[in-house]
Amino acid sequence: MTKPIEGEKKVFMTGNEVVAWAALAAGAEIMYGYPITPQNEIMHYWTRMAPKYGRKFLQTEDEISAGFTCTGGVLAGKRAFTATAGPGNTLMQEPMSMAEMMRIPTVLIVCQRGGPSTATVIYSQQETTMTCYGGNGEGFRIVYSTATHQELFDYTIKAFNTAWKYRFPTFVLGDGYQSKMRESLSIYDPEARNIEMVRAEPYVVKGGVPGENRDPAHLRNTYNMEEELYEVIMDHAREYEKIAPEIIEYEEYECDDADVLLVAHGVVSRAAKGAVKELRQDGKKVGHFKPVTLRPFPEKELLERAKAAKQVIVIESAYGQLDKLVKSHLYGCSTPIAQYFRPGEGITIEEVVQETKKYL
Amino acid sequence: MSVQPQMPKSWRSETKPHKFCPGCGHPLILKALGEVIDELNIADRTVFGCDIGCSLLAWDFFNVDTIQTHHGRTTPVIVGLRRANENVIGIAYMGDGGGYAIGSQHLVNSAARDEKVFVLLANNTQYGMTGGQMAPTTLPGQKTETSPYGRDTELTGPPVQGPEMVAAISGENAYVARGTVGNVRQLKKFIKKAIQNVMEGRGFAFVEALSLCPTNWRTNAEDTWKFVEKDMATYFKVGEIKVPGEKKEG
Amino acid sequence: MAKGVKIALAGEGGQGVQSVAMILTEAAYAMGKEALYIPNFGVEQRGGVSVAFVQIDDEKIGSPKFKTADIVVALSDRAVRRTTMYCDQETLFFYDDNIEDVEEDLPKNSKKVVALPAIKVAKEELHPRVFNVVVMGAVIGATGVVTEEKAKEALESKLGYKFEQNPELREMNFKALQRGMEIVKEVM
Repeated sequence: MTKPIEGEKKVFMTGNEVVAWAALAAGAEIMYGYPITPQNEIMHYWTRMAPKYGRKFLQTEDEISAGFTCTGGVLAGKRAFTATAGPGNTLMQEPMSMAEMMRIPTVLIVCQRGGPSTATVIYSQQETTMTCYGGNGEGFRIVYSTATHQELFDYTIKAFNTAWKYRFPTFVLGDGYQSKMRESLSIYDPEARNIEMVRAEPYVVKGGVPGENRDPAHLRNTYNMEEELYEVIMDHAREYEKIAPEIIEYEEYECDDADVLLVAHGVVSRAAKGAVKELRQDGKKVGHFKPVTLRPFPEKELLERAKAAKQVIVIESAYGQLDKLVKSHLYGCSTPIAQYFRPGEGITIEEVVQETKKYL
Repeated sequence: MSVQPQMPKSWRSETKPHKFCPGCGHPLILKALGEVIDELNIADRTVFGCDIGCSLLAWDFFNVDTIQTHHGRTTPVIVGLRRANENVIGIAYMGDGGGYAIGSQHLVNSAARDEKVFVLLANNTQYGMTGGQMAPTTLPGQKTETSPYGRDTELTGPPVQGPEMVAAISGENAYVARGTVGNVRQLKKFIKKAIQNVMEGRGFAFVEALSLCPTNWRTNAEDTWKFVEKDMATYFKVGEIKVPGEKKEG
Repeated sequence: MAKGVKIALAGEGGQGVQSVAMILTEAAYAMGKEALYIPNFGVEQRGGVSVAFVQIDDEKIGSPKFKTADIVVALSDRAVRRTTMYCDQETLFFYDDNIEDVEEDLPKNSKKVVALPAIKVAKEELHPRVFNVVVMGAVIGATGVVTEEKAKEALESKLGYKFEQNPELREMNFKALQRGMEIVKEVM
């Protein structure tokens, strides 16, 4: 069977199409999904292309089911994924908490829309907290926040590898803007870039007869005693902390001598970067720090930059979700932290320039 | 010299005695299931999913790969698994709360999509693990912790007819039956036909088993059997409801 | 730093503003430029004003939306009212001269407000359905963001299957493009 993408090629397409191509290129074998805007076209492109490459799709009755069937696909040893947004992400937190507890490497693409509730189908960064810490758990998840179509492609492929290598549920946090906008990027066969896909393995029906020549797999998420649960959680915590330095990713732009440090993630970092570019032309010492992984968070790296700056400004299309993350990781840093919050609304370069000037 | 009762080969002896209450119906259902797994020789390709509720106590019950999931969510986990690996015989095991209340959308839609999985549901007319609350299957007038004066059908509706509902929504090739722990031989036959239905990739399979809960019913042995064989049987008709291409029994 | 072009196109559903944005950005992409197009896709997409935000630049493009545009094109009365918010003193504001009773609503602060006879030209000289291509021609004429040749190629790749069935359609579209470029020069 031919590969979905041979080598590498330049394309101009929407973010939802990018995700479908990336999942195909990554060798994702099955997608489970339920319609919700602005995620729908991921399913549309997937269902058009997947059968040509022997891949499967199941449309479920809701996002709870999309998430749980996805865990089932993963337990069967397949690279399985799902995608959702907004209220769908809320429902998805139940299966994702099971994935967290049972170390099931699901991949979930989030196309953030306005919240709370139904809100808008357009855009926001209001699913940051939920994607990082949703469910009744500790947030032992890996969350990549993407800013460009190139990142959307790169990190969707990477999500499958990170998930299967470390066995924590992995999320690609995009948004409605990225879903619907068109821009250029390079799509590629991972092999062409020497990216080796981590093998997916079944958790059940692994060959042999349980009880005869192997033990049965008895997978659970329920525990009788608090001590038992404590041990399980602490194992997860130790493992998560151990692998965190290998997973953490961030991007710095003109940070070396920055007096004012703009912190933004996802699509908003494009505005922050644009603002830095503009202000630097006027000789202003402004820099931009973008956490790519929100879980685990690049704490040490941000702390170092924040300490060296005179002012930190957190910029986000939510009312303090990134701000909370940043503050919790900047404990002990005395640099003042200011905020620019536009919950549910896009942020432009012009606004960031204007806002930053207040602190220059 | 004591004689050990015969245990199905697919039961895991290391985890016996099991954790169910004395007089519980689950072990009877699981014995029938275990014997069918033995007879069909499918332990190597069976995945047994159990729900939250008393069914979760079966998480290490079998020498069969087992996944204990969330309340109501066993059906989608097993469906997702079977979709990803068609060689798997997927069994979703749950109680009436898991199947008819919190997970009813999954049961209904899996049946409607004709998923090739077997859903086995124990109906004991109330929520056992949480201490005996009213369930969709609670009988009219039955006292539970949340219907202390007896179930008022004016306020809470009549008992849910699960297999009838599944039969109504599923396709031609679905197998649907209601058995009872009062007739384990028959129940086992239903379970076997259900598993064969999914093994052969014919269609969805659903068996409800009328079960026992003396702990929450607060009944002695005699009243326990009377409740399942007389009271429950009044509302829940035992027998096959849908059999692909065959004459029904019961 | 080369200054990119920011364009907001607005019209009624069915007027084809999203197609114009798509073809325009495809053409720019084909020329090796950076292009970003994002449709307004709120509840307004059903029965409301349809807005397309387009950016074309030599460098990577920043935020997908913008406060104010270099060019705003409004094709209906509602579109005029909806898009004045994207105007500042740098904005060139185009609206179709066929739209009635909007004098009060036209932007007061923009660099220039230009009435474009796109509907008229399409109806009288070509066919009403190539109206949006006339508009695209006008945008290209006013900005020079893409060449006529690349615009034709983009039209061909988008509508080629229709052109195959009816070669006259190709001629009409190319003519519409050209007329758009001409009328914008005449009125400015």
